[in-house]
Amino acid sequence: MNGGTLNLLIGLAMGLNLLALGSSRLPSLIRAMSLQGVVLGVMPLFMTHATLHWSVVMVALATILGKGVLIPALLRRAMRAANIDREIEPFIGFVPSLLLGAGGTIAAVAVARALPLLPEHAGSLLVPGALASVLTGFILLIGRAKAISQVCGYLILENGIYLFGLLLIHSTPLLVESGILLDVTVGVFVIGIIVDRIQRAFDSLDTRKLTTLRE
Amino acid sequence: MITLSLIIVPLFGAVLAVMWPGNRTRPWLLPVFGFVHTALTFWLFFNPPVVAPDAWIGFDPLVRAVLPPVSLLFLVCAAYGVPYLHIRSERPNRVFVALLLTTLGLISAGHLSRHLGLLWITTEAVTLASVPLLHFNGTPRAFEATWKYLLVGGTGIALSLLGSFCLGYASLHGGGIGDLTFTALAAQGAELSRPWVLTAWVLLLVGYGTKMGLAPMHTWKPDAYGEAPSIVGAILAGGVTTVAFTAILRVRAVVGVAGEGAIADRTLLVVGLFSMLVAALFLLGTRDFKRMLAYSSVEHMGILSIGAALGGAGLAAALFHVWSNSLTKGALFLSAGNLRRAAGSAAMDEVRGMALLTPRSAAIFVTGMFAVTALPPFGPFFSELQILRAAFSTGHSGAAAMFLGCLLLAFFGLTRVVFGIVDGRPRPGTRANAKRFVETAGVITPPLVLLGLSLWLGLFTPAMLREAWLAAVAQLIPSS
Repeated sequence: MNGGTLNLLIGLAMGLNLLALGSSRLPSLIRAMSLQGVVLGVMPLFMTHATLHWSVVMVALATILGKGVLIPALLRRAMRAANIDREIEPFIGFVPSLLLGAGGTIAAVAVARALPLLPEHAGSLLVPGALASVLTGFILLIGRAKAISQVCGYLILENGIYLFGLLLIHSTPLLVESGILLDVTVGVFVIGIIVDRIQRAFDSLDTRKLTTLRE
Repeated sequence: MITLSLIIVPLFGAVLAVMWPGNRTRPWLLPVFGFVHTALTFWLFFNPPVVAPDAWIGFDPLVRAVLPPVSLLFLVCAAYGVPYLHIRSERPNRVFVALLLTTLGLISAGHLSRHLGLLWITTEAVTLASVPLLHFNGTPRAFEATWKYLLVGGTGIALSLLGSFCLGYASLHGGGIGDLTFTALAAQGAELSRPWVLTAWVLLLVGYGTKMGLAPMHTWKPDAYGEAPSIVGAILAGGVTTVAFTAILRVRAVVGVAGEGAIADRTLLVVGLFSMLVAALFLLGTRDFKRMLAYSSVEHMGILSIGAALGGAGLAAALFHVWSNSLTKGALFLSAGNLRRAAGSAAMDEVRGMALLTPRSAAIFVTGMFAVTALPPFGPFFSELQILRAAFSTGHSGAAAMFLGCLLLAFFGLTRVVFGIVDGRPRPGTRANAKRFVETAGVITPPLVLLGLSLWLGLFTPAMLREAWLAAVAQLIPSS
């Protein structure tokens, strides 16, 4: 059990959360998110007890490819195709976002202490890391105006859930894991298509223009 | 095998629809496969198979109690889809027909899933498959609605995945070996780690509650139902929400045997009453008759949630309400679709006098509105009455009073909108637009059939159905 290395990686992922919150330009937000995807993908390799099982290697590879390469490439393409300016327009400013994120991380550590863990997970940062990423995802979803940065927020939220899923990696069947991974990937494709249609219909990816429908 | 064919047959139909060459003949695939699905469902209803406890997919008593109305609703909507897509022949319908059938297959799969992970996968897949159905009209408004549906629905679904993991960890912490079928989880009972079960309950209720459209996670609903074609709205409101409700019931059963049933019931009751209140208040304010249907759906999801919170009798009444709500709401959606097409708008400020322009659809719409606001002898009256009686008999008279108050407010809101568009003299623009819409038997019969079914459900409520609901209650609450 490489608990130390694993915690280091989770710490890195939590740092990338803060980087994502502080990014003022889309390319750096996407970079933070894709780097987090790679870090997450490597983690299962450090969680095995003795020998690497092929299914764990497959999950790791699929995650690195999906979250680290494929999805960021799609988002970059959407960004170029839409030819939007790269500044992120925040509803919640960068400094407040960072403060919220940092406070949330501390709260996540505190909350995680209240939940009982199995002996082999004791001392692991997986639960606080997961909660902090989910929270970061929410802040980005609520606090950013551009559709692509909201998608990044959604993906960071999903990264947090993935972190939590690592607690169960040895007990969930591969079929379920691959199904979840497939759904998430298809989901991003669908979001990508809608982003493209919104760009064509509204000539903008600014979600502040999506306000026709209300009471 | 027959159980599996409930999933495979519609998916096969979807593949066939993709390959089908003719745009005019393709819509006929909808009623054909809808009919096969309904026939299979009712065959299984009358001959319930024995479900192995560790089966991931199975036609268990809960499915038997809720899938038939969904299948019926789909069949009637599919029959409506043929004339609808004929009117809309200018738009290619390959994707629409294929995804509608895919949605049917996935709705069945969602009901039949007896495994926590599989349930999540199918629910997420239903969400994704219904996305292109929502923006079939291709307007900017439709894309805006789709975006909100994806973002709100996606976040909800993500939280339910987190909740599923928490429930999985509760099992692992309690000495489980990672078997995430609901039977295995329930068998662990009190060994499940309580803090994790409670965390999981909150997350799963928020997650599947978003899919169901419980307030305050309902915000996608008015937009999506307002902009989507009526058949899509009817299937979302009567079918997809039922998948989410079934999911909540399955999780609730696990939380119950883990010893936290009282807390689960209290949250269901509060969320249900809050949904009813929010829906009633928005019904008093909305000025669009398709968005009105969405708020009415939020209200009825609240009623389901309240019923589920009231123990055995309430739960049986809630399953009854699944039937009456699906069928009655379907009639409302389809007749609203006719009115919307004839009027060219769904805004109350632009539409008047539909009773003169489309008398039959308007009559169905008004009758459906009375049925859904619990006018006897339609189905919703009896199911809501039973929920009310369960509330009084379990000592929730405060909740029952609030329930009645919300029903009254919702009644005011619905009548205000419905009579606003049905009464009066039509505007010249509406009159011209309505000339292009003919009330053929194809668009009148389906909503009429649904209304008839709702009436039949209220008047006769077959003993077989009552028995099916009680069997589902026995599955979910073993002690009762």
